[in-house]
Amino acid sequence: MSESRLSVSRRHFLQAVVAGSLVSLAGPWSRALAAGDKLTVGFIYVGPRDDYGYNQAHAEAAAQIRKLPGITALEEENVAETVAVQKTMESMIELDGAQLIFPTSFGYFDPHVLKVAAKYPGVRFAHCGGLWREGVHPKNTGSFFGYIDEGQYLNGVAAGHASKTRKLGFVAAKPIPQVLRNINAFTMGARSVDPSITTRVIFTGDWAMPVKEAEAANSLVDQGADVLTCHVDSPKVVVETAARRGAMVCGYHADQSALAPQAYLTGAQWNWVTPYTTLVQAAMSGAPMPNFIRGGLREGYIKTSPYGPALSAAGQAAVSATKEKMLAGALTIFKGPLADNKGRTVIAAGVELAQTDVALEAMDWLVEGVQG
Amino acid sequence: MSATSASAVAVLRAAPDPRLAAALRALAGTVGALALAALLFGAFLVAAGHDPLAVYALLWKGAFGSAFAWQNTLLRAAPLMLTALCVVLPARAGLIVIGGEGAVLMGGLAAAALGVHLGGLGGMALLPMALAGALAGGVWIGLVGLLRERRGVNEAIGSLLLAYIAAALFKHLVEGPLRDPASLNKPSTPALPDAARLGELAGSGVHAGLVIGVLACVLAHLLIHHTPWGFGLKVAGGNPRAGRMVGLPVGRLAIAACGLGGAAAGLAGMIEVAAVHGAANSALAAGYGYAGILVAFVARQQPLAILPTALLVGGVAASGGLLQRRLGLPDATVNVLQGFLFLSILVAEPLFQAVAQRIRRRRPR
Repeated sequence: MSESRLSVSRRHFLQAVVAGSLVSLAGPWSRALAAGDKLTVGFIYVGPRDDYGYNQAHAEAAAQIRKLPGITALEEENVAETVAVQKTMESMIELDGAQLIFPTSFGYFDPHVLKVAAKYPGVRFAHCGGLWREGVHPKNTGSFFGYIDEGQYLNGVAAGHASKTRKLGFVAAKPIPQVLRNINAFTMGARSVDPSITTRVIFTGDWAMPVKEAEAANSLVDQGADVLTCHVDSPKVVVETAARRGAMVCGYHADQSALAPQAYLTGAQWNWVTPYTTLVQAAMSGAPMPNFIRGGLREGYIKTSPYGPALSAAGQAAVSATKEKMLAGALTIFKGPLADNKGRTVIAAGVELAQTDVALEAMDWLVEGVQG
Repeated sequence: MSATSASAVAVLRAAPDPRLAAALRALAGTVGALALAALLFGAFLVAAGHDPLAVYALLWKGAFGSAFAWQNTLLRAAPLMLTALCVVLPARAGLIVIGGEGAVLMGGLAAAALGVHLGGLGGMALLPMALAGALAGGVWIGLVGLLRERRGVNEAIGSLLLAYIAAALFKHLVEGPLRDPASLNKPSTPALPDAARLGELAGSGVHAGLVIGVLACVLAHLLIHHTPWGFGLKVAGGNPRAGRMVGLPVGRLAIAACGLGGAAAGLAGMIEVAAVHGAANSALAAGYGYAGILVAFVARQQPLAILPTALLVGGVAASGGLLQRRLGLPDATVNVLQGFLFLSILVAEPLFQAVAQRIRRRRPR
């Protein structure tokens, strides 16, 4: 299969990247950066940095990077995916001397990061989202991303143990591969507990639609769902609405337990400090930029929220056991035989898709058990 | 404040030409309003525990303090010039159109959909794209005028609702029929060929959209103030009944003004697509249409006044990042300043007029 060939080559490539970042080579950047162990790093967020969601997850990691010796951290929030982000990057470089920039929104990469990176070949641009490709994009740019579907699978296991109605709800932004993968992983986690569980999905159409998110959460509870989760930029509205309606909730992006202490089961969280540290260390030592780095729970790119009181001891034990299996590398989420919700076989029997498999990045199906 | 007005009044008395006097009066009012906004914002900063002088110094540095700052400001001002026209032109016909964002989206989408097929045209590709963008935006806001004239639908509500429809239609097409299958997690139309990209003004780092914006404002000024059509529009907008009595096609004038304004906003969408994004996607909905309302009102619905106003609003946006990074101020700080600007302008006009009248009455002639 061409897919598995591709995945093998990517795995080799990842190994090469890791090896490359360990061996400190004298690259073209070493001149600029070797002078003193100081580094100015810029972080750019598309929304507010206290959104209890995507941007907060980045800002929390940035706060940890800021504490490292020799680091000067610059931050800008609410930067639109227009000339605004181009000018913010340039301003960080021109006025504040940034040498490494983390443009954290997916939409920043093409054309904005690529345009500014071409203008400043001595500055590193580490984009969050996984779009960088060898031979296509310049070496002073790169992508990092995490397999957060592993966290959503664990959310699903928790939901499977907590749900009494056997109906779960998912508030999703857009029907794009990243989001579908989370919906599927969540549903499969729940159905690993009880195959009769179903998930209802409502798409709001965009990343930050607070009113529609509230309507969707209410509608899901009205349809009988008693555990909700979501994939939108800020889960705040969904978490609060679910708690108000007496449903339980699994978090996403960051820790939302403070918003609903009694209803919160657990949550899938980014742990961006791992790739940030890798990229900052490479920049400080003058090693070539790690252009393509990814990881899941095992690699420390993902973490889970502490268990809330609503999750029973048995439920907690089950989630912890599944998590241990993931950490040991003994659990593949997407493996055959697997059918989508139209009865079509999407992964044949005997096929296991590793997290690195590119087939997963073009996902355009919803797994059996998802309604929506 | 009153000192400013008093000296302005003194200047007015000395001015022999009534048109110059009127222009000076408007200018004095605007400057006074800006000063009022600056004072209010300063008080807000002090209340929040910040040094207003340090903030203003950074605002200046980020907006106009260097060549880079100017580049930043001009780039942000460029789309606002065109979207402000989408408010100003209908305003001359007495209509308040606040849905320019819809025209930006429709114009950008039309240009992107057409531009994909124009790779073979070379440098000529931009012309049909610009026409398509202007046409799409013009039809969209023209529809607002039509609904107003033929069906009595309030144009402010109509244009706002149509902006929501435009956003939904845009999303449907970009994520559906017009989507580039390769754009997995960021649904977009296919990337435009090189011929369909709008470049920079020689070595300036500012795209050619700025020139188009300036030209459009100048043309709108000439149209409104120096043509019979513009005079007719002014009459129709100022007093529609009088306009009808002297035989002016009041309804058609209003629809045409809406169409022209929409065409300007549609052109802004085309420029964003051709100069910045290289495709149409949800990043096009960046709020330029709404920022244009602010610019138009601060410019008191005068096309030429749009130019300095767009620079001011663009400059405030350009320096916002510096305020965040250097002083740790939240992004909303800039929104607060814009809010003060908008309110001061709206409040100041009647206020200063009243003050000036009182002064004039007190002093014997």
